[in-house]
Amino acid sequence: MRTICGLFLSIGLHGFLGVALRAGVLAASCLVCAAAADEVEHYGIPQVKFINDQIEAGWADAKLKPSDPAADGEWCRRVHLDVIGRIPSLEELQAFLGDSSPGKRVALVDRLLGDDYVDEYARNWTDVWTTVLIGRDVDNDMVSRPGMRQYLRRAFSKNIPYDRFMEDLVTATGANANRKDVESFNGAANFLTGKMEENGVQATAKTAQIFLGIQVQCTQCHNHPFNKGKQNQFWEFNAFFRQSRALRRFDGTREIQWIELADEDFAGEGGNPEEAELYYELRNGLMKVAYPVFIDGTEIARTGFVPRSLEDGTRIGVNRRQELAALMKASPLMPKAIVNRMWAHFLGYGFTKPVDDLGEHNPPSHPELLDGLAERFREQSFDIKELIRWIVLSRPYALSSKTGKGNQQDDPSLGEKPKFTHFYLRQMRAEELYESLLTATEADQARGGEEAAKKKDQWLSQFIIAFGTDEGDDATTFNGSIPQVLMMFNGDLIRQATSVGKGGFLDRVANGGGKNAAKITTLYQAALARHPSPKEVAAANAMLVARKGDASGALQDIWWAVLNSNEFILNH
Amino acid sequence: MSHPFTAPVGMNRRHFLEHVAGAAALAAPATAFTNSLLANAADMKKRHKSAILLWMGGGPSTMDIWDLKPGAPTGGPFKPISTSADGIAICEHMPLVAKQMHHLSIVRSMSTREADHMRGRYYMHTGYVPNPNVEHPGYGSVIAHELADQAAGLEIPPFVSVGSGSVGPGFLGMTWAPFVVDSNGNVRNLDLGIDPGRLAQRLEMLSTIEGRFISEKRGGSAEDHKKVLDKTVKLMTSKQMEAFKVMKEPKEVQEKYGTTGFGRGCLLARRLVEAGVPFVEVDLGGWDMHADIFPTLSTRKLPELDKAMSALVSDLADRGLLDDTAIIWMGEFSRTPNINQGAGRDHWARSWSVVVGGAGFKRGVVVGETSSDGKEVVTEPYTSQDVMASVLKSLGISLETTFTAKNGRPMKIANSGKVIKELFA
Repeated sequence: MRTICGLFLSIGLHGFLGVALRAGVLAASCLVCAAAADEVEHYGIPQVKFINDQIEAGWADAKLKPSDPAADGEWCRRVHLDVIGRIPSLEELQAFLGDSSPGKRVALVDRLLGDDYVDEYARNWTDVWTTVLIGRDVDNDMVSRPGMRQYLRRAFSKNIPYDRFMEDLVTATGANANRKDVESFNGAANFLTGKMEENGVQATAKTAQIFLGIQVQCTQCHNHPFNKGKQNQFWEFNAFFRQSRALRRFDGTREIQWIELADEDFAGEGGNPEEAELYYELRNGLMKVAYPVFIDGTEIARTGFVPRSLEDGTRIGVNRRQELAALMKASPLMPKAIVNRMWAHFLGYGFTKPVDDLGEHNPPSHPELLDGLAERFREQSFDIKELIRWIVLSRPYALSSKTGKGNQQDDPSLGEKPKFTHFYLRQMRAEELYESLLTATEADQARGGEEAAKKKDQWLSQFIIAFGTDEGDDATTFNGSIPQVLMMFNGDLIRQATSVGKGGFLDRVANGGGKNAAKITTLYQAALARHPSPKEVAAANAMLVARKGDASGALQDIWWAVLNSNEFILNH
Repeated sequence: MSHPFTAPVGMNRRHFLEHVAGAAALAAPATAFTNSLLANAADMKKRHKSAILLWMGGGPSTMDIWDLKPGAPTGGPFKPISTSADGIAICEHMPLVAKQMHHLSIVRSMSTREADHMRGRYYMHTGYVPNPNVEHPGYGSVIAHELADQAAGLEIPPFVSVGSGSVGPGFLGMTWAPFVVDSNGNVRNLDLGIDPGRLAQRLEMLSTIEGRFISEKRGGSAEDHKKVLDKTVKLMTSKQMEAFKVMKEPKEVQEKYGTTGFGRGCLLARRLVEAGVPFVEVDLGGWDMHADIFPTLSTRKLPELDKAMSALVSDLADRGLLDDTAIIWMGEFSRTPNINQGAGRDHWARSWSVVVGGAGFKRGVVVGETSSDGKEVVTEPYTSQDVMASVLKSLGISLETTFTAKNGRPMKIANSGKVIKELFA
């Protein structure tokens, strides 16, 4: 029995107490009514209310009418996809649809973020962040994907605060691969092991881009033509990485076995380690000098020595990457960058496009919301799960993707800034499709382990294209292309999913008793989280006739069609 | 709303002549008889225009290939050699291309501003600098779109990218996206595994589901999905897919192009152009040589390029295809005239070269000039837009064409670039 009381319990400390504290003294007698209204609006969570208020103000300004709320099944499907990276199973969907308590959405979100789903949550966010941090290239011997994943799985299982996550990655030292013969394993090192060539140019660019939302890569060679980025900023940021070395370890063979990321004394290009400087070249050929200076102008000690005690006990030296991490933690850009990234993950578009460019030349669609959420995220000790909770319980996240006359023009694919008046369609990521097919077909596979991850990598590799640059740029053809459709038509994964072999999903549906209509409904719910329309039932019956009463063969055809539909592959 | 998918029953719809042209092309004619059969059939079929972009991912050092500065401190160790085109000298490590220079022209006065890989790649493919509010279509999508009428009988994608992803279709939509294959021409998952009749029934069911979802007005990607489905069905059942089977070429032809990825890619490009594909991009990556550039060029990259590019040009010329096929050789930018401490060259966009040929281009000429150290363009500088406008002109595509971006804004084709007049007689 989960009524209003159940709701109170599930709101938890952050939500309910937060309201009470912010509102000052709140009479006890009003709590029930307040909470009842919250249930519809913001579940009593002040951060959710803040999101709703800001977004709704944007609708009013633009004179747009938001879409209706999404159906329960649609919402359940999208929250599973976005939080744990797969569609809900038949049981999960039916449990949610069968629950009539008002607090069921909060309860579901808390369950997906809780202990029951911790492995799947970690698997999903490991997939997302592996691509962000080291791209899709599986053949780079400067990077250990298993090592990277091992770190990420642990970080997301434990829900370590985001500032520590960033610090782990930016300051990591140790061996990048987990091997019996290596003691200093640290999977977090993989973020940088492949980016240290040419004095850490890539480390500089990617650290600024991913964690601060600043695009400095163009300023490596020249002042930026249309933002404020100056060439000195790039090299001053780069100076923080000059003590760091990615050391190749060979273990007696010619093949690289692992990489040791280490901080060593930096003598400086001028030969004075007390004032360890570097030089860079202007376009006109002049050489200039740079020391470690953070993007906000904060300088750190110029010494190139790593920290140590002298014989007399005095401490000298400074660890430049650790100094950098401390400055990044304090920077307002760090929470803004992650809030923008997370918002884009859940709502389809970030406040800026691209998500990792928060420069002044690229103003956000909702500046106050971005700033406000970033502040609240800092107040909440950079708790990623809390941030997710606020976003998925917000009103814009719960809207239908169907548009009407009042908001058809809200279409960011036309280049307009997003107003979030409806849920924006987007294609599942390849990883999400893979996991969803496993779920829909109730494939009995161990999920989340390294073996499963490697298998998935192998499957994903068919979609990866490299651009042939030293920066390891890559892209995926898993973007609505013909190869993707061919894979969905004829690929091994689909053949497996639509096989009628004994004991498989289709076999169980076909021979599980009940009428044919109910079996078709089962397929629709498993894949699309809804019932078939009368027209679809008629089409399905036509299949049955075409198969001359072979129900299992007809179900196979229907299942193939359902899995190949736009509705299946588009998160809606 | 929901039309059924094109059922795969159209194999008998094709005209006899197309069969003749297709079959002759696919059999890789070795005799004079099949050659003339091919030529006649092609004439009757109406000649089609095509373009092949040889994309040099990473940014090749053009002053070590097309615009040498022997003796200059920036010049590097390579020596120029004379070529089949009067007065044009290129790098000594390109001896085979040197024999084909009368089919090609060099623009030595490129001057651009994008020296970041992704930005440069976008700019050189589209003629536009990256813009957060709009995605512009690249060469392949623009040309495939503009030449769609002449490719009416084409059942395979009009824009094929070999070995790389090229740049997407932008606001032209997924219909004009590159079809990416590896250089062996392998297309995965083509095999149906079920009989065509059953596939047709499945597609009917699928069409019902797709149509319902589209009718709910949830956004353009729902409709795009259906369009790509239709194209996929067409391709799966097409005999024209034979064009991808590059390994069916005679061994000596394969060896002429070189048994490298790029060599096979160029040979595949020729087969696709023969089959009527309007645009093929072939990728040769690995030019991002920040260190040890000279040995890498002379022992690895240039021999691979030289063999494949020269074979492609001469093969197209021998088959009478060159006059209808534009060739473009370029990367996202070039490399610094100054040689760095690691004996490499870094990113440089201010003064560099591209190479074009075939189609309506004047051939065997050099356009523009750089200073003695290679650091400045001393004649009129040209941009990505100008190259694009010139390529379009060489194919007979009107430069007055204006697209309408999804947001309703008009977009001039090739970003209003101006034709490089020295490239036309």
